Amino acid sequence: MSLLDVQNLRVSFHTRNGEVKAVDDVSFTVESGKITAIIGESGSGKSVACYSLLGLIPMPPGKVEGGKALFGGADLLQMSEAELRQIRGRDITMIFQDPMTCLNPYMTIGDQLVEPIIYHKGVSKNEARLRAIELLEEVGMRDPQSTIDDYPHQFSGGMRQRVMIAMALINEPKLLIADEPTTALDVTIQAQILKLMADLQKKRDIGVIFISHDLAVVADIADQIIVMQKGKVVEHSDRKGIFENAQHPYTRKLLAAIPSGTKEVSSEQRAPLISIRNLNTWFGQGKHKEPVKAVNDVTLDIRKGEILGLVGESGSGKSTLGRSILRLVPITSGTIEFDGIGVTALQGRELKNMRRRMQMIFQDPYASLNPRMSVYDTLAEPLLLHGMENKKTVERGVLKLMDNVGLARNFVRKYPHEFSGGQRQRIAIGRALATRPEFIVADEPVSALDVTIQAQILDLMLDLGKEYGLTMLFVSHDLAVVKHIADRIVVLFKGEIVEQGTGAELFENPQQDYTRQLLQSIPGRALLA
Amino acid sequence: MTTANPSVTDTTITDIAMAEHGTSLWKDAWTRLKKNRLALIGLGVLVSFIIIALLTPWIAPYSYETQNLDLGATPPSAQHWLGTDIFGRDLLTLIMYGGRISLAVGFVATAVALIIGVTYGAIAGYVGGKTDAAMMRFVDILYALPFMIFIVLLMVVFGRNLLLLFLAIGAVEWLTMARIMRSQVQSLRQQEFVEAAVSLGLGPATIIRRHLIPNALGPMIVYTTLTIPGVMLLEAFLSFLGLGIQPPQTSWGLLISYGAETMEEFPWLLIFPGLALSLTLFSLNFLGDGLRDALDVRSSKD
Repeated sequence: MSLLDVQNLRVSFHTRNGEVKAVDDVSFTVESGKITAIIGESGSGKSVACYSLLGLIPMPPGKVEGGKALFGGADLLQMSEAELRQIRGRDITMIFQDPMTCLNPYMTIGDQLVEPIIYHKGVSKNEARLRAIELLEEVGMRDPQSTIDDYPHQFSGGMRQRVMIAMALINEPKLLIADEPTTALDVTIQAQILKLMADLQKKRDIGVIFISHDLAVVADIADQIIVMQKGKVVEHSDRKGIFENAQHPYTRKLLAAIPSGTKEVSSEQRAPLISIRNLNTWFGQGKHKEPVKAVNDVTLDIRKGEILGLVGESGSGKSTLGRSILRLVPITSGTIEFDGIGVTALQGRELKNMRRRMQMIFQDPYASLNPRMSVYDTLAEPLLLHGMENKKTVERGVLKLMDNVGLARNFVRKYPHEFSGGQRQRIAIGRALATRPEFIVADEPVSALDVTIQAQILDLMLDLGKEYGLTMLFVSHDLAVVKHIADRIVVLFKGEIVEQGTGAELFENPQQDYTRQLLQSIPGRALLA
Repeated sequence: MTTANPSVTDTTITDIAMAEHGTSLWKDAWTRLKKNRLALIGLGVLVSFIIIALLTPWIAPYSYETQNLDLGATPPSAQHWLGTDIFGRDLLTLIMYGGRISLAVGFVATAVALIIGVTYGAIAGYVGGKTDAAMMRFVDILYALPFMIFIVLLMVVFGRNLLLLFLAIGAVEWLTMARIMRSQVQSLRQQEFVEAAVSLGLGPATIIRRHLIPNALGPMIVYTTLTIPGVMLLEAFLSFLGLGIQPPQTSWGLLISYGAETMEEFPWLLIFPGLALSLTLFSLNFLGDGLRDALDVRSSKD
């Protein structure tokens, strides 16, 4: 018998715009000791399908319209809230995307682990503590004897996710539901967490449902894969079946969206547009404090017309380097020249003029657009500010920009909250292009997007880069994406450049350990190579 | 708030007839406010009170100065719907004239506080660093000054008049507004759209005006509707102490304080002005509540 047997599950949301079928006739099974991956983009119903089993969707507006979910012989959908509470957190546990929001910032992780152990196991405090340390050891926490008394903010994202996993394991669950558990993490950390989950699941013989938008992430660990689109299961197969013999066009689209391939690089050596010499950007300098050296003695040329990929994990200083060039953070020392002009000393009108020539595309399209400004206002602002258009012609300029970034013209009066993530990123790209810049810093422009949207935005950026003759600094933690788009790649580690070269050079013959480690962390590389 | 109106939106798009009019945030907020019955009733009551206050000199049944000592205090009757006070003046007339003062003090003083507070707080929050520290220490110092002494001093130096009362109350209320605005701006400033505005080359004034203030307006409007009742009560308090409005001019606060003195003999002198003030306060609170919900962008995402 399967651990969990979901049959013909249907869930609807009754909103003021009518009924939305979030999950439409979905069936799947989960086996003990196996990882079942549910893949789909946002809005595909993959999370709702799992949350509704545990009564975790808001009802109303949500409503389970029908189906069965047999777990240990009993139907989860027929249970009362009190019965479900017995199962949630005991037989079925969950881990989420953002561990910080699930941990109480005012309690040490020890207290947060010990409390449920005492509650569920009825053991003494000392025993519970020993048990908690064991758990932390099991999830690969370094030195759990002392870190158990630390607060959540003292851990990195990856370590916090380990704590969450430890918490989920307290009651020896039979089923673990992991909702995008690695999406907020760096590639290297992601690889570690994925390995940990695969190990634990084998060792403890638990069933795992792994929800993700990214096929590549589950490529190495999933036993079976369910692909969902618009509330329906479109394909259901084992890992091999999906990756080698995908039937449904949507699955093929997802596979095609995984960035692969190396960009063809012309050997032509062009003059540098930006020359950075011995750049230091340090933060928090005080009399008695060691500064944080976000960017440390970086010397770098960015050539005219090239796309330079800047790779590193969070905290490596890659965003700070981009922002230093754009004068968005004050630098400590060093020089930055743009087309022969020193950027660091510019003031007033000259600075404004320089800002026109350099623009930025941000990571989070939800935060980078002013929610109170329509597309029209957002795009018209830079056009008018730099006199690209006057009041009479601005409207034509706005529409032309919208055409260029692939936004339908009739959206012109809409506000950011009415758009999807990919559309918002198109608006943000349009805004950056409005000033006709020569140089653009793209700071993780696709990492907040679904995989299929990611591919579209990357293609758009490549096309526009060519059309506008742009030079680009493409900042990302994802080597696969960078390899796809960049002419040259620079690897940054703790604020210093450790290696640079073309994509092919780096991938085939990495010189540094750190680069090798990054390469090995790319999810699903074995299957995609 | 006129500051929230960027010049760009003035340019109308003429030849995009097919332009689908997206729900503007304000229109959207209005749609949601319309669904909130309590807030609508509150709005209706306030608007009618304001209209009555504006028309009072023409529609008041009696003059507010004419005393009729022979008549004295009488309970509500056909001639005097709400009765008369101890000087024989018509209470309805007094409440209408008192409303003019109370509403004016409430709205004008709050508007003064709002404009000063929003500007001050936005600048402090956006510029940050030493400027921010200096500006906020100044606010702290003003906070620490005993309010009553401040008002008494103002009254002594400049004499008593209505304009001064507006200024005095506004000068005190803006402190809290500035603090709220500053904390709003500090969190908004971290967001990428502000960084985007900097990298476009916009100056600080434009960024504050177009990107920060409109986004902080929601909480500010809500706080404003909570401030207006507070200000009206403050005026009542000052008048009660003899620092505000002087007879024969009157306000709701004054009427209530006189009514309270003779509560046992002539209860209607307390009940009716109290009712007028309570109705206004209830309406403002309901409207404030409704506005808070209506202006929350996230609630439109469902």
